[in-house]
Amino acid sequence: MSTEATAMPTGANPVFHLAEEPHHPEGSSTALGFWMYLMSDCLIFACLFATFGVLGGSYAGGPGPKDLFDLPLVALNTAMLLFSSITYGFAMLAMDKGRVGATQGWLAITGLFGLAFLSIELYEFAHLIHEGATPQRSAFLSSFFTLVGTHGLHVTFGVIWLVTLMVQVGKHGLIAANRRRLMCLSMFWHFLDVIWIGVFTFVYLMGMLR
Amino acid sequence: MSTRPIPGQPFVQRRSMRFLAPLLLLPLSACNWVVMNPAGDVAVQQRDLILISTGLMLLIILPVMALTVLFAWRYRHSAKNPDYDPDWDHSTSLELIIWSAPLLIIICLGAVTWTSTHLLDPYRPVERIDAGRKVAPGVKPLEVQVVAMDWKWLFIYPELGIATVNELAAPLDRPISFKLTSSTVMNSFYVPALAGQIYAMPGMQTVLHAVVNKPGNYEGFSANYSGAGFSHMRFRFHALDEGGFDRWVAGVKSGGGALDRPAYLALEKPSEKDPVRRFSTVDASLFDSVVNLCARPGQRCMSELMHIDAMGGAGKESAHDTRGLRHDGPNGHDPLERGALQKEPEEKGASPHLMKDGDRPPPGKTPTGHQHDNRDMTMDMPARPAAPHHPDAPAPAHAHTS
Amino acid sequence: MSDSYTLAKIIFGRLTWESFPIHEPILIGTFIMVLIGGIGVVGAITKYRLWGYLWTEWFTTVDHKRIGIMYMILGLIMFLRGFADAIMMRLQQAMAFNGSEGYLNAHHYDQIFTAHGVIMIFFVAMPMVTGLMNYIVPLQIGARDVSFPFLNNFSFWMTTAGAVTVMMSLFVGEFARTGWLAYPPLSGIAYSPDVGVDYYIWALQIAGVGTLLSGVNLIATIVKMRAPGMSMMKMPIFTWTSLCTNVLIVAAFPVLTAVLALLSLDRYAGTAFFTNDFGGNAMMYVNLIWIWGHPEVYILILPAFGIFSEVTSTFSGKRLFGYTSMVYATVVITILSYIVWLHHFFTMGSGASVNSFFGITTMVISIPTGAKIFNWLFTMYRGRIRFELPMMWTVAFMLTFVVGGMTGVLLAVPPADFVLHNSLFLIAHFHNVIIGGVLFGLFAGINYWWPKAFGFKLDTVWGKRSFWLWVVGFWFAFMPLYILGLMGVTRRMRVFDDPSLQIWFMIAAFGAFMIAAGIACMLMQFYVSIRDREKLRDTTGDPWDGRTLEWATSSPPPDYNFAFTPVIHDGDAWADMKKRGYQRPVEGFRPIHMPSNTGTGIILAGLSVAFSVGMIWYMWWLAAISFVGILAVAIGHTFNYKRDFHIPVEDVVRTEGERTKLLATQG
Repeated sequence: MSTEATAMPTGANPVFHLAEEPHHPEGSSTALGFWMYLMSDCLIFACLFATFGVLGGSYAGGPGPKDLFDLPLVALNTAMLLFSSITYGFAMLAMDKGRVGATQGWLAITGLFGLAFLSIELYEFAHLIHEGATPQRSAFLSSFFTLVGTHGLHVTFGVIWLVTLMVQVGKHGLIAANRRRLMCLSMFWHFLDVIWIGVFTFVYLMGMLR
Repeated sequence: MSTRPIPGQPFVQRRSMRFLAPLLLLPLSACNWVVMNPAGDVAVQQRDLILISTGLMLLIILPVMALTVLFAWRYRHSAKNPDYDPDWDHSTSLELIIWSAPLLIIICLGAVTWTSTHLLDPYRPVERIDAGRKVAPGVKPLEVQVVAMDWKWLFIYPELGIATVNELAAPLDRPISFKLTSSTVMNSFYVPALAGQIYAMPGMQTVLHAVVNKPGNYEGFSANYSGAGFSHMRFRFHALDEGGFDRWVAGVKSGGGALDRPAYLALEKPSEKDPVRRFSTVDASLFDSVVNLCARPGQRCMSELMHIDAMGGAGKESAHDTRGLRHDGPNGHDPLERGALQKEPEEKGASPHLMKDGDRPPPGKTPTGHQHDNRDMTMDMPARPAAPHHPDAPAPAHAHTS
Repeated sequence: MSDSYTLAKIIFGRLTWESFPIHEPILIGTFIMVLIGGIGVVGAITKYRLWGYLWTEWFTTVDHKRIGIMYMILGLIMFLRGFADAIMMRLQQAMAFNGSEGYLNAHHYDQIFTAHGVIMIFFVAMPMVTGLMNYIVPLQIGARDVSFPFLNNFSFWMTTAGAVTVMMSLFVGEFARTGWLAYPPLSGIAYSPDVGVDYYIWALQIAGVGTLLSGVNLIATIVKMRAPGMSMMKMPIFTWTSLCTNVLIVAAFPVLTAVLALLSLDRYAGTAFFTNDFGGNAMMYVNLIWIWGHPEVYILILPAFGIFSEVTSTFSGKRLFGYTSMVYATVVITILSYIVWLHHFFTMGSGASVNSFFGITTMVISIPTGAKIFNWLFTMYRGRIRFELPMMWTVAFMLTFVVGGMTGVLLAVPPADFVLHNSLFLIAHFHNVIIGGVLFGLFAGINYWWPKAFGFKLDTVWGKRSFWLWVVGFWFAFMPLYILGLMGVTRRMRVFDDPSLQIWFMIAAFGAFMIAAGIACMLMQFYVSIRDREKLRDTTGDPWDGRTLEWATSSPPPDYNFAFTPVIHDGDAWADMKKRGYQRPVEGFRPIHMPSNTGTGIILAGLSVAFSVGMIWYMWWLAAISFVGILAVAIGHTFNYKRDFHIPVEDVVRTEGERTKLLATQG
């Protein structure tokens, strides 16, 4: 058997156990675990993208993307989410410096951008439904509402999570557990940003070209 | 399931032993192993493929099984085998063999798969009548349009202008070209004696090519579960010689009623254990409209909708225009209110798929509890006469086979 | 319409008195039996004042070992239900000839075959496989627990919540009548308007959350928590197969979640994903569900392969032959299992090139699988094989599984599949690989690891009775199905025309009854072993002369698994330690850092059941309240920062001292 280069001697008196508890920092697997959760979430979005890819042209004799999409509005929306990612980045920088107040401030701004994004999205949805372009109208609209809506739901949960974390940071300060949680939410938030870029390109821009 | 010989005609047993596993065939020549002893050339080739593949795989499976038994016996603990070697765990040459032996077999099998899948593609017209005879140039296949319905089969012969329910007939040695669809849910059209199966799906058309070589009365059925009446969704397939087929066609033409839209819509309603029915005339555009989900009056055809879609949609105003779009369920008040969240609880009764004729309550009325309707749903559902509001619907033909 | 009527509709949704199957004698009989049994169990727990013990020691535990055992118990209970369904189907098909309708109407029979498939896959095979992985993997890698102990408890209870939802459908309303994958449009609201498909959807969605999180958890555990010195290529093979299985879980279950979510949107919101009209496309559902469905069968079989590898090596008294190629074979199977899904519906008419691509990729899987079989063979070669029960199951597996593998490759040849698809040949094939592979593997694993989990071996007399009845019963039950498939008999049939088929169904039913006797013997085996546990006691912690790390600790292992974190030098770590004169440390103990118990998991799962009941029966208020409840409890849980404690050193000293005494009695 090949032995890899370890400090353990393989001679007469090998070490078979550690005398001290190994240093497993609490939550050392959290980043990996959360990353895997994100990847599984990414697969859900992949399914929804694929569904949109298959059904995106089935208008059932109804309106198509060109009739419905309002690109300037969506561009504004995209900007909201992109800004929120930047401000979340500032929050993380503040967290690294251990500045509770600045962290909380940037988190609040991020949350506001998130809410702005959600409001614009809800406005868009309400407008579409008012025009009769409901999720029931055609398979295209079903898959559109579901893909964009699922993203919106994620942002909603992100905002709830963000508020929760702000309360927890307020209560306990930037302790290790809270830093870890902020890091997870950061991954989640940027992940949603990446997904949105996919939505914006694949659904809105390419929909207009369709 | 069984292939029953027609009286007066010897039921030819084919003991094809051309291929690698003659041993396998011995028990198979008995009675009713129809997949192993089919009557149509396509199914015969598929049977041969089963035998070839099985033979190829047995080349490795049998030695493995023998070695398992041998090693289990030889190296049992009580035998105290002297060559016991607890640290022996690697041998490059053995590894090479155990990876390459299956690989070689899969390469062979892969080649067989690639060619046979293309040759026996159900979409590819048959090129031979049987192993010895090619299809003569200029022979037009018999075209049959198949509609899987709840829970019966409709066969339309567009060239002959006739249609039948739960009875299919075809002349010997003439290629048959099936076009298949379904009126409600997914089914699979399968006549084991004739050829492999293919799904029949609503709003879509699949294709199957086949040819039958031996006369007989064979079984056909749906091979994909489709709801309560699935078990009885069977039909007989008659393989007739040319004279017999002509007589059968003449019989259908002289006997039955007309399969026009109203008759089709009456027929479309769910029913079980339907007797054979025959229609002497048939609406030529019927099958096309079934495929396009527009057999019902006022229904917009999928072909038309897809054309609009391909042009980029029908504009903003079309969002409110939902007339004639609904296929599943009644095109009643608002066709967009299909989901549970959009309905009152009492509206969510049984679907037409599950119900007897005329059970659907008028809109606004409270139906009886749907749970009860569904519990003992179709067990004793009677064979259904033509719906009363379609006076021109045909009377059921009598279930005599030629 | 009176106000009270409307109020009742708002409160109870579509639940009415008619939802209770009071006119189904079979269900009433079952219900009475369940009621009596349930009262008995609850009464006994109350009488012996076990509720507190169960709550603090089991229901709220985060110990991977106890969670593993609870998974196994869940799997066993659900197995009895799933098997009852199987026997009912066999009886119906053996009876329904010559104009007889049998004893089940379509409405009942169609639920039974759907429930059988769903239960056996999701609530028998999955919990049992997860249970074994949960119990064994941390021990094999020398860890104290999994990476996320609370998540583990939560996963278990979510799986249980799914099982509870399925069982509820037996007595309130009905289950789906669609087949176990619920293809639309049949499963859409237009053709299945009643509660059956909703039960199906919510049971799988809830259990799916548990499965996915447990997958994430075990990957993180295997990647992050291995003992020092255990490189990837020194991991026990069962851990390797577990890793691959959990990668498959994380990569496949989101697809199931997504596709079921789309189906439920169709049913609840009236969208048009899989409808016939409004541009929907049911074929997409079939594709998506099999993109999950095919990896799923490898999720089940890979751990079984791992068990067989451990068992063969241990009972042959040899190192596993070709460890490296075994690992690569596992990884190759993992990857390939994603690009074969279309072989489940060649008959959809995808065209020859697509079909042959998927047919050939399917066949390619048989190469690494074949290599594995050879590896087991050559592990036996030049060994000294002790035919204890686990090894007997393994040999039975090798002889049975190759036949199932062969018929599987046969079904991967598209033109052959055209004549065998959906036939009883297919049924025989997948039972051949799932029973002959997964179930035999689980039985081998249960017999192998039982002494580790409980400190005493299983009785061999009843074990052998069970073994022979199972193996012989299996062949009696499924050989006729192969034959019937070659006669062109299709699956899910309730009644038959051709009387000449009946004899085969009778044989199959006979086989099913033999299996029933085998199950009875297995339960008897458990009972007898627990009764005679002192006689069967394993004091060494290593009853089989094992090779991997789980045998280095006591049976059953202490809460903390290992008093000192082990250091690994070799793949067969424990065999290596024994060979080189390992001395168990008896002093220098330290307090051990452990996670604390929590009731959050079971509360969240209970709220999920309430949520699913609300959704299934259209009691929107209940769904809304329980959803808010789930959110609130989950958020509340994050406010608890004290989730761990230290086992004081005195406790460790005492526990280890007892073991020292026990080992000394061995002489």
